[in-house]
Amino acid sequence: MNTIIFRTVAPYLTALMVVFSVFILLRGHNDPGGGFIGGLIAASAFAIYGIANGVAPVRRALYFHPITLAGFGLFLAACAGLPSILAGVPFLTGLWVFPTVFGVELALSTPLFFDIGVYFVVVGSITAIALGLEDRMEN
Amino acid sequence: MEVYLAILVGIFFTVSIYLLLSKYVIRVLLGVAVLGNAVNLLIFTAGRLTREVPPIIPAGLQVPVDPTANPLPQALILTAIVISFSFFAFLLVLGYRSFQDLHTDDTDSMRFAEPVDEPAPPRGY
Amino acid sequence: MTGMNPTIVFLLSPFLAALLSPVLVRIMGANAAWLLALIPAGIFAHLLGYVPSVAEGEAATMGVVWAPSLGVNLSYFLDGLSLTFALLISGIGTLIILYAGGYLKGHAQHGRFLAFLFLFMGSMIGVVTADNLIALFIYWELTSITSFLLIGFDHNRMASRRAALQALVVTGGGGLALLAGVVVLHLVTGMNELSLVLNSGDVLRESPFYLLAFWLVIGGAFTKSAQFPFHFWLPNAMEAPTPVSAYLHSATMVKAGVYLLMRMNPVLGDTLVWQTVLPVFGTATLVIGTLLAIRQTDLKLMLAYTTVASLGLLVSLTGFGNEKAIEAAVYYLVAHALFKGALFMVAGLIDHEAGTRDIRALGGLRSAMPLTFAAAALASLSMAGLPPFIGFMAKEEIYAAIARADAWSVAITLFTIIGNALMLVIAAAVAIRPFLGEAKETPKHAHEGPVLMWLGPVVLATLGLVSAIVAHTTNHLFVSPMAGAVAGAEVDAHAAIAFHIGLPLALSVVTIALGIAVFCFLPQARFAMAKVLHRIGWGPDTGFDQFISGLVSLSTLITRFLQNGRMEAYMTTVFLIFGVAIWYGLIRYGEFPEFPQFVTPTFYEAGIFLLAVLGLAAVIYAHDRLTAIVSLGIQGFAVAVIFILFGAPDLSFTQFMVETLSVVILALVMTRLILDKTDHRPFGERFFDTAVALIAGSGFLLLLLAVLQVPFDPALSDFFTAYSRVVAHGRNIVNVIIVDFRGLDTMGEIAVVMIAGLGIIALIRVKARRPRAEAEQ
Repeated sequence: MNTIIFRTVAPYLTALMVVFSVFILLRGHNDPGGGFIGGLIAASAFAIYGIANGVAPVRRALYFHPITLAGFGLFLAACAGLPSILAGVPFLTGLWVFPTVFGVELALSTPLFFDIGVYFVVVGSITAIALGLEDRMEN
Repeated sequence: MEVYLAILVGIFFTVSIYLLLSKYVIRVLLGVAVLGNAVNLLIFTAGRLTREVPPIIPAGLQVPVDPTANPLPQALILTAIVISFSFFAFLLVLGYRSFQDLHTDDTDSMRFAEPVDEPAPPRGY
Repeated sequence: MTGMNPTIVFLLSPFLAALLSPVLVRIMGANAAWLLALIPAGIFAHLLGYVPSVAEGEAATMGVVWAPSLGVNLSYFLDGLSLTFALLISGIGTLIILYAGGYLKGHAQHGRFLAFLFLFMGSMIGVVTADNLIALFIYWELTSITSFLLIGFDHNRMASRRAALQALVVTGGGGLALLAGVVVLHLVTGMNELSLVLNSGDVLRESPFYLLAFWLVIGGAFTKSAQFPFHFWLPNAMEAPTPVSAYLHSATMVKAGVYLLMRMNPVLGDTLVWQTVLPVFGTATLVIGTLLAIRQTDLKLMLAYTTVASLGLLVSLTGFGNEKAIEAAVYYLVAHALFKGALFMVAGLIDHEAGTRDIRALGGLRSAMPLTFAAAALASLSMAGLPPFIGFMAKEEIYAAIARADAWSVAITLFTIIGNALMLVIAAAVAIRPFLGEAKETPKHAHEGPVLMWLGPVVLATLGLVSAIVAHTTNHLFVSPMAGAVAGAEVDAHAAIAFHIGLPLALSVVTIALGIAVFCFLPQARFAMAKVLHRIGWGPDTGFDQFISGLVSLSTLITRFLQNGRMEAYMTTVFLIFGVAIWYGLIRYGEFPEFPQFVTPTFYEAGIFLLAVLGLAAVIYAHDRLTAIVSLGIQGFAVAVIFILFGAPDLSFTQFMVETLSVVILALVMTRLILDKTDHRPFGERFFDTAVALIAGSGFLLLLLAVLQVPFDPALSDFFTAYSRVVAHGRNIVNVIIVDFRGLDTMGEIAVVMIAGLGIIALIRVKARRPRAEAEQ
């Protein structure tokens, strides 16, 4: 699998897949997609990069340890439930605001942040698993 | 249509159980992977089938006009797929590590925690 | 239910003291006892405030709602019976805390010991004051558990551990019987509160479940109060430090059984079985207890066996069936708590100061320990039933109650005389042998103990005298209300220490004469008893060991059978039971699905089903691992296609990604394993596995078909579909369910995913412990 073509293409493919995964994540509320699927796509992207160029560059590119990303995701998901407590409704009840930024109406909501949290957990955990195994195989 | 899927579910279960009954870690792992699919399909079928209409509300409407596929089993299965994958990976690594330490994938030879000649528990107080 | 009440705070305060005591002992040492004793003293003082109103026949109920849906409340009930008990527990508790402060001075675990004692005190006060049946049971079991902790306090010794376990098994088992008993009481009467159940005696006595309730309550009471044949745990419990023996195993906890019987007397009493079982077992316990006491030479054991005997006497009187007997039981209960508590503390003092409790090694301590001797003498005179002590009043009342002209009463009276006479022998032995006679060399040079320790016995022994002298007040304030509560009718007690020439006095004289006669030949009697017991050889105590040993053997056998260490055996068991359970249900209830109608599928649907089946077959028959992995991928992708065919694009995407990742990581790992290629198992095994798989698999098929043939209830799905856009602003209903409607669920699920990831990282990183090759060299 260590062909020169694969090694050359892999970084671009990875970047493309990560961007695509974010797109899938954000459209998830209205069209097929969401945090789980987006997270899996991003995780596959990192796994491909790891297979092509070795684990060390992926870890450098990620900067954080993948399981840290997962922890951050879980934290974010839990925090997404807190505003509802402050608003006096049950934990994790969805709250929405529609601010207008530069003439475009944005739909911001706690479920959005929750979904982003899911995304990070899935990316982090699955990437950690994949990189861990690849690491092991290299040595 | 459900009948065919029900039969398929039966086959999935039979195959996965057959694999799980084997003594060899690798075959058990394959069995676990198939079992996940079997259960997901079971839930999916039990929620009734609708051809080709995803549970998505068309843009500009408040509720879907035509009947759609049942969204509830889909939501349950979606998370189940990811979780069963995580556990499949966990079992895989567990099997791999035990192979490294014990040099076998035959579960009958893995008697580290439950040795064959375990002494009887102590009497007295 | 009158809401929160200061009394509830007082009743629960020992639990607070349990938290405080380790800290206080660390700061103040043994002197913390002075401060901590204020808590039971406070309870005692507070409860004294109830005495006048209760003496007028009023009963107080109070409490807070706990779990209303289950009918469980933290409710309390104070009438003559529970108030007298609570006063005894808190009053003696005060002295015991002080005594324990001196007894364990300097012990490394002193604070823990006091904490256990307070936990017990709180539980015991709860037992006697609880109104709610379930609360009663909970407190009851708490006393068993704290008793376990206290008996096993010196857990480095095997004898302590054995005694603790024995007490827990016997009394805890009885507690379960009590739980069943209170459930029956609740079902029959429909009441949750004791104060209400007490009015339902007639309903209960006529109920077909009366006998069941009776035996269950008896099971709880007899085990707790060490009635024959469950008496053996109590003498063994003497392994506990002496403050525990004095408090739990003579004055309070063992009387919980008697309390229960007295409490239930208005409800369960007044029947033939009640008036037969209680006197028979009680009298048997009385005689056996005193006979076994004669055999002992250890001060504590002698006292322990007489405690068993006294409990027998109390049970017998409670069940005797007339108000006079109940009145006598009340006198005797109070008298016993006073003199036995004092004598145990005396035994502990002697042990503490002289270094031994063996009656043969002790003598002439009267000049070295004058205060202790005085307390011992006063308490023993009360125990022997001599005037002018409360013990004498109790004995007079007993004889007045049971000495009747019928054969049954005569028999009971005869045995009671024997028991009382032997009790006198022990009382004399405990008071005379260590103190009078010539001084003997003891392991420690004996001198008077610290004030913390002699205060308790002196106060209790003196009370035994004072309560008899002010008999009129005692009767009015304590005995009459308590006897009234037990009898379920008004009782006017009027015993006094003045002599009344009559049958009771004559019987007392006989008792005393018999006792003195036996005392003169005590060594011979002890020798004879030892010989008899040696001849019998077996007893319930040995039986307990055999029972525990048998239990261990049995559970070893079962564990070895079920947990045989072979994974395929576990798997076979699980799936066989699964399959059989489904098939059995379908056959037993005739719920086989009807034969389904087959409609022709489209060609691509048929194709994808076929592909899935082919993938599965290839997984089984794969001759090398790579084929197996690829085949696994085939069935997975087939499932993904099925999802998209039936309107689940989200699932399909996810499935595709997961199957891809699965194949990748499988390939990554598998390439490193050097394994056999195929299934080498013999044909027979494979045939059996196939059969099991077919049974379970077909079970799932039939189950699913049956499910599909009942009408579908779309309530939940309709709800989600209807509100997805309107409430949650999302058009993808599946995603809305995941992140919004069932968000909490999802949060748990992503936590699981993350934990699996953490586990894998840990597994990968952990170093190999020892490769087998090295280990074998």
